[in-house]
Amino acid sequence: MAEKVLMLALSPTMEEGIVARWLKKEGDRVEVGDVICEVETDKATMDYESMSEGILLKILKEEGSSAAIGETIAIIGEEGENIDHLLEGEGNGDKSDVDAPAPKSEAAVPADRPEASDRGRENFDSENKTSRIKASPLARRIAEMNNISLEDISGSGPDGRIVKADVETYLAETSPAKRALGDASAASGKAAVKQPDIKTGPAAVTNYGDIEIPVSAKRRIIAERLAESKYSAPHYYLTVTVAVDNLIQTRKKVNESQPEKVSFNAFLIKFAAEALKKHPMVNASWLGDRILVRKQADIGLAVAQDDGLITPVVHDCGNKGLIAIDRELKPLIERARNNQLMPEEYQNASFTISNLGSFGIEEFTAVINPPGSAILAVGEMKKAPAVGQEGNITVQTQMKLTLSCDHRVIDGAVGAAFLKGLKDIIEDPFKALL
Amino acid sequence: MKTDYKYDVVIIGGGPGGYVAAIRASQLGLRAAVVEKEKVGGVCLNVGCIPSKSLIHQAGLYRSLSDLETLGISIDRQGFDYGKVFQKSRKAADTLSKGVNFLLKKNKVDLYNSLGTLSGKNEVSLSSGEKLTGKNIIIATGSSPREIPGFAFDEKYILSSTGAIMQEKLPESILIIGGGAIGVEFAYIMASFGVEVTVVEVMDRLLPMEDEEISGELDRAFRKQKIRVKTGTKALSKEIKDGRVSVVLEDSKGEKETLTAAKVLVAVGRRPNSAGLGLESLGIETDRGFIQVGDYYQTSVPGIYAIGDVINTPLLAHVASKEGEIAAEHIAGKNPPKRLDPLSIPSAVYSEPQVASFGYTEWQAKEEGIAYEKASFPFRGAGKSVAEERPDGFIKVLFDPATKEFLGAHCIGANATELIHEILLAKKSELLPEDIASMVHAHPTLSEAVMESMRAVEGWAIHI
Repeated sequence: MAEKVLMLALSPTMEEGIVARWLKKEGDRVEVGDVICEVETDKATMDYESMSEGILLKILKEEGSSAAIGETIAIIGEEGENIDHLLEGEGNGDKSDVDAPAPKSEAAVPADRPEASDRGRENFDSENKTSRIKASPLARRIAEMNNISLEDISGSGPDGRIVKADVETYLAETSPAKRALGDASAASGKAAVKQPDIKTGPAAVTNYGDIEIPVSAKRRIIAERLAESKYSAPHYYLTVTVAVDNLIQTRKKVNESQPEKVSFNAFLIKFAAEALKKHPMVNASWLGDRILVRKQADIGLAVAQDDGLITPVVHDCGNKGLIAIDRELKPLIERARNNQLMPEEYQNASFTISNLGSFGIEEFTAVINPPGSAILAVGEMKKAPAVGQEGNITVQTQMKLTLSCDHRVIDGAVGAAFLKGLKDIIEDPFKALL
Repeated sequence: MKTDYKYDVVIIGGGPGGYVAAIRASQLGLRAAVVEKEKVGGVCLNVGCIPSKSLIHQAGLYRSLSDLETLGISIDRQGFDYGKVFQKSRKAADTLSKGVNFLLKKNKVDLYNSLGTLSGKNEVSLSSGEKLTGKNIIIATGSSPREIPGFAFDEKYILSSTGAIMQEKLPESILIIGGGAIGVEFAYIMASFGVEVTVVEVMDRLLPMEDEEISGELDRAFRKQKIRVKTGTKALSKEIKDGRVSVVLEDSKGEKETLTAAKVLVAVGRRPNSAGLGLESLGIETDRGFIQVGDYYQTSVPGIYAIGDVINTPLLAHVASKEGEIAAEHIAGKNPPKRLDPLSIPSAVYSEPQVASFGYTEWQAKEEGIAYEKASFPFRGAGKSVAEERPDGFIKVLFDPATKEFLGAHCIGANATELIHEILLAKKSELLPEDIASMVHAHPTLSEAVMESMRAVEGWAIHI
């Protein structure tokens, strides 16, 4: 009984392969395990081992032609066997572009995916497609949760089964917008900007001595959240120089008046909360069809950990005194460093502060920490010459603040007004009372 | 070039990593040789997993005598001879070691009974001076019991795990330093035969790598078995006097105490056997003795691989075997996975209750910031456990809150080491808890507890 020899997924990410070289020719005897041809995939050239034995009756894909997974590349059977019934329907390969020798790079471009899956779809019954697609229950669930169809995904598991990694690769390669628009955008998809792939990244060759660090779940969450933020929130940045001599004096007085030293970050959090009261749109979240303006200023502070970062949140800073904030902040930071925070202690900040001043960083731009719509990047405090109103030069202690804003929520003037308000409070803490 | 080498692959070490790699290589058409200085089968088969399982089996038989007594049978334990227990364990080890010899022969693997050292990129020297050339070399030299300062093994008073396995007589008491898998198994064996046992663990609980709830359950079970457990305790020094060992212990508060026992077993881990192999001259990199490897377990020298306990992956026989298969398949030009997924490796401890697990524990999930939920089901909810009078223990599952993907499973109780595999298969095939929850399990079985734990995940366990 003659059998079709199908193109197989020889690497997990392979969608189609190019028959690079036939090692057997028509009429040759083939044993199970014999290498019949070499297939060039997106990753490498691999040997194709036969899973059937018999005579190689017909080669359908000449050297240099590409074949999608599941496409017939040859037929193996007994000497003189009639294979016409197997050749029927194989003609469609000729009218699609798959027979044309394709440059290798094209095979690796994910934008080709919709086409590839169209071809794959021909293998399925037109009715009840989804249930006949082989997929692990977990892959089905993740696809369902993300509202994507399994038909669009090619499987890399045993027997072409779709597994979690396939769905995740698909999700990473297609933006939510593109998925929502479906085929409409896929049709013009080639022109669409390809987003960097968080899951796989650009191909890199691993040499010995290179260290491959498995991406921990935490690192993955950081990567996904920040990438999502940077890709979906149109960031813009506002920078201002702030004189901090008064702040330093105020802090000194506060610290003299009570036993515990209050940190600069507690001051920044308190002042930011006061400024947010006056500019509530900076304390808001983009929800797609509406904007949530938050009543409480729940302010996160970025804290570095050995293996990542986390933002412990002090809740309702607008209604807390400086010392209360500081007392909450200190143990939070300590526990953040030791990875002991509970989810409610680091999630859902409405505004975030990131302070790299202690590293001598003058100014920087930070990635917005969703669901907040703005993040304040705090630079180093240092002495600098300041030109006064009469043109006199004095020595001032200054620092630079850079606000990253999500333009979907915060317009330029709104962000600027907030930052000016914050600058005014820092330069004259008395203003916080007003 | 190819014909210049006597072998396609020469494997140093005939333990569960080495012999499996050799057979796999041979299956794939490679000419393979194993160089082993002692008996094939390695620590696992000769002085580890296998003889200890024999001891554990017999400990269970001995222990069940008390169950028979509850039926009114009077038992005379007078003739009990631990020497016979020991001999049975040797018989099991010898039978299996011979079995491995046979398997190697059947697969046309050449076995050299000699110490092997690397004398070149493609050359292994035997103690006779003979040199074997191999296109590839796999280092599978395993590990040895680790000592701690002040407790050098004399195998008379201060025993390594090897010394403990090879004891022909029962001591009247034993102090076990180390509450990991080896310490726990020996505590169970010794206590079953009536030896007075104390386990000293420096961490705050037994089996510190397992989930905390598992440690808690095991602690309770051990105390019921009259095993003294001292956690958060260090062994500082010892003195051997009048045929007994006095050990000075210090607890976490710094309080000292001296305990005396007939023997001390030090089971605080194992160190890689990488010294004296000739690694340095070839420039093979090591870290704290572990050979450094990249994908497919390749070392820094092309063509030389390292697998098993001599590299820094979990020190388990089944890990070594799988790594051996991957290395052999890579040498044969196949396309195996680059390495084992550490979250899909089962671990098993054969005390009573047994402990088995894979994947994330709660403390690991917290440490790595992985969101999880948990569900568990106690064995006493399964009729079979109650009927068999082994109702202690539970199955605990950690899963992803959104997708319910399995993150880890932890099982303590009778037959835990067998039961874990249903859940591991489910994880590996990307099944979901509901798939096991809705599958009909035979009644009455312990596997029903697995089903019920999955129903607990779904929020509808029936028998609790």
